[in-house]
Amino acid sequence: MALVEIKNVRKSFGALEVLKDVSLTVEEGEIVTIIGRSGSGKSTLLRCINGLEDIQDGEIRVEGQQVHGQMKKLRELRQKVGIVFQAFNLFPHLTVERNITLAPIRTGRVSKADARALAEKVLAQVGLSEKIDAYPEQLSGGQQQRVAIARCLAMSPDLMLFDEVTSALDPELVGEVLKVMEDMASRGMTMILVTHEMAFARDVATKIVFMHQGRVWEEGPPSELFSSPKTPELKSFIGSNH
Amino acid sequence: MRTLSLVDLMAFLEGLQWTLVLVVLSFVFGGLLGLTLALLRTSNVAPIRWMASAFLQLVQGVPLLALLMFFYFGMPVFLGVEVPSLMAVTVAFSIYSGVFLGEIWRGGIQAVKYTQWEAAASLGLSRWEQFVFVIAPQALKISLPATVGFLVQLIKGTSLASVVGFVELTRAGQIASAATFQQLLVYSIIAAIYFAICFPLTQWSRSLEARLNGTG
Repeated sequence: MALVEIKNVRKSFGALEVLKDVSLTVEEGEIVTIIGRSGSGKSTLLRCINGLEDIQDGEIRVEGQQVHGQMKKLRELRQKVGIVFQAFNLFPHLTVERNITLAPIRTGRVSKADARALAEKVLAQVGLSEKIDAYPEQLSGGQQQRVAIARCLAMSPDLMLFDEVTSALDPELVGEVLKVMEDMASRGMTMILVTHEMAFARDVATKIVFMHQGRVWEEGPPSELFSSPKTPELKSFIGSNH
Repeated sequence: MRTLSLVDLMAFLEGLQWTLVLVVLSFVFGGLLGLTLALLRTSNVAPIRWMASAFLQLVQGVPLLALLMFFYFGMPVFLGVEVPSLMAVTVAFSIYSGVFLGEIWRGGIQAVKYTQWEAAASLGLSRWEQFVFVIAPQALKISLPATVGFLVQLIKGTSLASVVGFVELTRAGQIASAATFQQLLVYSIIAAIYFAICFPLTQWSRSLEARLNGTG
């Protein structure tokens, strides 16, 4: 059974159909990078996978569990699917530690007594151990994004979603976030990313999905897709990104 | 006729006590109603939002004095029993406070970025947990200056309870003024007492606002 199964999904915002019959399968351990022009529906697709967006037709299953259905099931599912956003979305009124431990404590993953140790562990993974008592506003964008990743890791997710996580960062801060993501990839985390970082897509991804006008236009391993694109749309997209 | 004496001042203090009792009760019950209204007004379910909004429009469209009269004269009719005037005025002021606090807090909740709800939801927190741990603390901070500002309005507003014979500070003043005919003196003292309570609160509200704006 594939970890993520997306079947014939349609999604509209009002009269605008942004996903048109999208199907995609992600196996455990895969690192799937979704690329495409803005407005191609890639972020929307990612947000559908953890139920932040509802869908009009088709179905999405994660670990066999349907995403769009019961709220309670969705909540359980979200505890196993981490998402990192472009704008970090840390909780500004909480320290780094509380940002990380809030959900694990509330969902019974860790006791209050062990929570700090959990925060220390995941912060070490993103190289920010010394920031455990800081507030988000005291951190740089790159550090905030790494805390956001640590916050997801604290839930021991089976799947991580990344929604253009480096797009809001100053260029010199992009590297530190990508490095953390590479580390996660090398540890076997299943990841689905929407990104404009073509070099990262080429080097780290196991599969590239090119979306165009709300459809999966082309998909395949990066070596194939980047060296010999089949469609003129992908060819022109790759050309414009060099 | 007699002149204003210490006895009158003691009566003012007693009236002040009842003013404060009324303020505290109205603020507590009004706060509960306000929280409920704020939650209903930010619900995901449209009909719930509409109902809360209709209630709010109704109450906001009625003068406080009329609301007070309605409950003072209406409650015995509807309940079939005499109710203490404290109860009638508390109900009226609680509803009045609830509607205003509800609007203030709704504004605070909606001022928190929607992505905060999303981030909390994505971690598998329930809607209630999202509100309590992520949204409410931020909304409270945003709403605090306006909430304290409303408290000042409420304190001054309770003087209206005097018209239905509830002996709070203003009514105590009326009684003394009728007995002594020293209206100017009496009401100056009454005004000074209100001012002494409200002024520090107003200052506090201002400093809160400056501090919160300062830190963004």
